[in-house]
Amino acid sequence: MSYIANTESQRREMLKVCGARSIDDLFSDIPEALRPKSFSLPKGRSELEIYSYFKKLAGQNYSHLTCFVGGGFYDHFIPAAVDALASRSEFYTAYTPYQPELSQGILQAIYEYQTDICRLTGLDVSNASLYDGGTALYEACQMAVHATGRRKVIMDGGINPIYRKMIRSYTANLSIEFVETPVTHGQSDRKRLFEALDDCTAAVLLQNPNFFGVIDDHSDIVKKAHELGIVAVQSVYPVALALLKTPAEQGFDIATGEGQSLGIPLSFGGPYLGFMAAKKALVRKMPGRIVARTVDAAGRPGFVLSLQAREQHIRREKATSNICSNEALCALRAHIHLSMLGKEGLKSVAQLCFDKAHYAKERIKAIPGVKVMESSPTFNEFTVKLPIDAGECVGRMVELGFAAGFPLGRYYEGMENYLLVAVTEKRTKYEIGRLAEALEAVVCQ
Amino acid sequence: MPTPANLKYSKTHEWVKIEGTNATVGITGHAQEALGDITFVELPKVGADVKKDSACCVIESVKAASDINAPVSGKVSEVNESLETGPESVNSDPYGAGWIFKLSNVNLSDAAGLMDATAYDAFVESE
Repeated sequence: MSYIANTESQRREMLKVCGARSIDDLFSDIPEALRPKSFSLPKGRSELEIYSYFKKLAGQNYSHLTCFVGGGFYDHFIPAAVDALASRSEFYTAYTPYQPELSQGILQAIYEYQTDICRLTGLDVSNASLYDGGTALYEACQMAVHATGRRKVIMDGGINPIYRKMIRSYTANLSIEFVETPVTHGQSDRKRLFEALDDCTAAVLLQNPNFFGVIDDHSDIVKKAHELGIVAVQSVYPVALALLKTPAEQGFDIATGEGQSLGIPLSFGGPYLGFMAAKKALVRKMPGRIVARTVDAAGRPGFVLSLQAREQHIRREKATSNICSNEALCALRAHIHLSMLGKEGLKSVAQLCFDKAHYAKERIKAIPGVKVMESSPTFNEFTVKLPIDAGECVGRMVELGFAAGFPLGRYYEGMENYLLVAVTEKRTKYEIGRLAEALEAVVCQ
Repeated sequence: MPTPANLKYSKTHEWVKIEGTNATVGITGHAQEALGDITFVELPKVGADVKKDSACCVIESVKAASDINAPVSGKVSEVNESLETGPESVNSDPYGAGWIFKLSNVNLSDAAGLMDATAYDAFVESE
């Protein structure tokens, strides 16, 4: 079946108007020597054959494992209404709302999403979303560099190692100096941080809960940073914000994070959702799209993309960022998800995560030879010290039907026996009990 | 909007009023019309040293973000803070209430290359 609707006679008519004899004539600018000799494509297959091929490939995925892996991305429950509403064609096929007169639906949805992010973080303004938590943190870093004119950035070692790697990749050809400070007993090392903060520092980047699941109050660090004119940025887990002190309450200038936990499936690493909120004074330095509420020429209320003179298609090399996109469909899902949960629902989810993680800690620390790191408080994720290599343990747990956790040795030297375990509201008491039994069987073999 | 005869003009459409070794700078009537409704002026920092023909602040309108160049070298002594809440005066009164910044320690030899009102009008016509 041809996917292009033009008939042969329509094609002939178009060629005639162009003054070409054949479609090949339209490519006459490309020298013969540079044209492909053949496209080396296999023969086309039927819809049934294609479907069967991909079904077989998909069957190789281990999507049946009971998930205790976190590391920034979590297996939360997503109500069916999120899929049902987000896949409505008016939303699913909506493109960039540059023409507000055609796009009030998606613009309103994004405006409401921005409102959600401001309420969760406590900060004044939010943008229309970024690609993911890692690039959002990078963009915040750039905002600080532009706002202060300084070129040194302090990154706490508790920040997701994937994010830290991303930031270094993005800034590899920029002259920004990074100083990484360590984590002690799970929390940000104040002594090393305070030593590193100086008047050449543009930003201090922190994460809460950090990669080890540890929660902290960074107000003291923010206060010191502000004394030196440093921009304070916190990367956060949005579900945890229902229970924890918000970035605004701790005095942060910018909050970023990963919105996957708000109604977006884990998939295979994406698409995910970066969010960013900031104090009002920084709004003109914010990257990406911003939706604003206004009135039209007849005085009727409506929504538009606003403050576009920040963006790179208008400001060119003076823009803070070259991003000119957002994750509209994912942001929409996050907003629908939050609307379904409501304020009380989100708090319940967070409380369940915390309580179930606590139960998991109790069951796991009862295993002989296994230690749960408890020197600092955690939210729904915690570190376990095993008597064997964590990577090997995870491999054997897969055979028993569990994605048991994230082996920390992958990113932290010397932590080869440490496993990062996450528990969400989806995990039942039975599943947690079975995890503990299986872990015991594996480590005591 | 007539071009005031007592000011000097740069090729990048800034006007400057020189008084001794001080100067006041803004953008011309032609510039504000070309930019459209001004929405924001990112004022320079007081105390900053600016060089002739280098960008020292940014003016944003609904359709563009444009650099404003210093027509002469000097040190920023004052900025028009009323533009923070009322950027539209750059449109309505570009030569008066819409002034943008003042300079001290002006390098007077820089003024030699600037145009007078007649030359500026002719320049705009030719563009």
